[in-house]
Amino acid sequence: MTSAFRMNPDGLQRLLALLQQMDYETIGPTMSGDAITYDRIASISDLPVGWTDEQAPGIYRLVRGDDREYFGYTLPAQSWKRFLYPPFRKLFSIKKNGKSLELDEAESGTAKYAFIGVRACELSAISIQDKVFNLGEYRDDNYLSLRKKIFVVAVNCSHAGDNCFCTSMKTGPGAKHDFDIALTEILKEGDHYFIAEAGTEAGSAIIEMIGPGKATDDEIAAADNVVRETAAHITKSMDTRGLPELLADNLEHSQWEDVAKRCLTCGNCTMVCPTCFCSTVEDATDLSGQVAERFRRWDSCFTMDFAKVSGGNFRISPKSRYRQWLTHKLSSWVDQFGVSGCVGCGRCIAWCPVGIDLTAEVKAIRGTSVKQEKEV
Amino acid sequence: MPGNRKTGKPKVAVFKFASCDGCQLSLLDAEEELLDVAGAIDIAFFPEASRRMLKGPYDIGIVEGSITTPHDVEHIREIRKSCAALITIGACATAGGIQALRNWKDIKNFVHIVYASPEYVSTLDRSLPVGSFVHVDFELRGCPINKFQLIEVINAFLNIRRPNIQTHSVCIECKLKGNNCVMVARGEPCLGPVTQAGCGAICPSFDRGCYGCFGPMESPNTPALAAQFKEMGKTKLDIMLAFRTFNAYADAFRKESEAHEQ
Repeated sequence: MTSAFRMNPDGLQRLLALLQQMDYETIGPTMSGDAITYDRIASISDLPVGWTDEQAPGIYRLVRGDDREYFGYTLPAQSWKRFLYPPFRKLFSIKKNGKSLELDEAESGTAKYAFIGVRACELSAISIQDKVFNLGEYRDDNYLSLRKKIFVVAVNCSHAGDNCFCTSMKTGPGAKHDFDIALTEILKEGDHYFIAEAGTEAGSAIIEMIGPGKATDDEIAAADNVVRETAAHITKSMDTRGLPELLADNLEHSQWEDVAKRCLTCGNCTMVCPTCFCSTVEDATDLSGQVAERFRRWDSCFTMDFAKVSGGNFRISPKSRYRQWLTHKLSSWVDQFGVSGCVGCGRCIAWCPVGIDLTAEVKAIRGTSVKQEKEV
Repeated sequence: MPGNRKTGKPKVAVFKFASCDGCQLSLLDAEEELLDVAGAIDIAFFPEASRRMLKGPYDIGIVEGSITTPHDVEHIREIRKSCAALITIGACATAGGIQALRNWKDIKNFVHIVYASPEYVSTLDRSLPVGSFVHVDFELRGCPINKFQLIEVINAFLNIRRPNIQTHSVCIECKLKGNNCVMVARGEPCLGPVTQAGCGAICPSFDRGCYGCFGPMESPNTPALAAQFKEMGKTKLDIMLAFRTFNAYADAFRKESEAHEQ
């Protein structure tokens, strides 16, 4: 850390207020029923102070943590995808006007968001979706317009969840890129403060406005230690050596049948995945047939409509649908976008109602690969 | 569509078999949309709503209720002949309804217990969906159906397009809404992963597990979900009862409940 500042919790409140004054809609973690979710937050009292979560395959439970801690949880239920790539979006409407048609296209990306509490793995997920939604002529203008305007306050992880494997995917637990400000929350005996670091000029300017003092070497060391400790406590791992080739070479592995017996094909994994981007479009009319509208809605490679084409569906079996998801995420994604589609956040593991763990599936395939493992 | 000769609007008829009337009432419950619907179609036969009963043929027949008597069988065949398009609505018409619970029992015993003169009662041995007897053009699920889905189906038929009715799991509806999963976050058994969307994920939105009112989704893996319920401490009886409700006789739910019978 080149220039790190020490900020007290009231500095965090000041940060929120400044962003709001600059017309940012501040979005951050907040308590919502049985989980922490990302939603609009007005002040730091909306943050899940004193709460943490315990996660396992198919299990997420809120539990009390340190009473003072604002960011003591691992990962909220759904990702930032909801905001940059909303689940529903009207694309356009067409009105019949005598013999002509009037087209009314929906406006792109009007909201200006400040994301508070972005985790390192989620920064990677956003940078992956940046590639997905900006592929030459195939651009998602709504995404790009929203994305361009976001202000990102990353918060380094202080707790390793049992489903986390960011260290395997080299995405966390410390934020390294794509943030305006990165915070590390420190709780030490009677002391509670944040170490703030700017990643952009906009971030620097805001830190300056808050006016925190420079952090001491000890305080910077404490922040580094938080990230190091979190990394040391991550227990789940995925061996990524030659992974794209491993999966591509094992398309007929018996493990696909095995996982298909457990897979509900419900689509939860794809919905909570911060990089999954599939959608469908639906056309609707009013009763008179004078107005037609087109909507975009999140879809999943687990639905039967997804691979339906003229003449039938080319992925009828649950086995082929699970295989499509996992091989795309970990193998053909690399061919397509130059990076893996997995950031190791573990959401697909936690929010699978039957707790299917992709790291275990990969392990099983690696253990009995039909082809010799390639030396990497 | 030929439509009513005078108005030019498509003639729509609403018929009822063994059911509680709740589904056909969703049409009257359409409130804001009702006038638009009434403006777009000619409601030619709808005894629940109007004394006006025009004779067929009809452009669209909407059928509620399950087929439970020999008379029903004759009647639904007549209806099929008089309707260009036949849409069945609700769990009764699409799966046999809650009354299909009798399908696991001897109906003669019931008739003898309930009626003083059972010899006057003529009934089939099972309660079955309309689709078991005649061709159905579209089945709209739910107990009760969702009125917006009903309007969407009528709208789609009027405008000769595909209805936007999803057949995937309730889970996707929950996730789109931003609900927290009740199974994962509360340990509450939920039929959502094997149930068709369409209700708007009502129960999980209120922290309850899904009851499966919309019947099996497109690729229901009921054994895997039942295995998870068992992990969560549910007994064979609990699991059997969970699958044996409003859509008890829908194939996937029927097989799963039978697998847990003792």
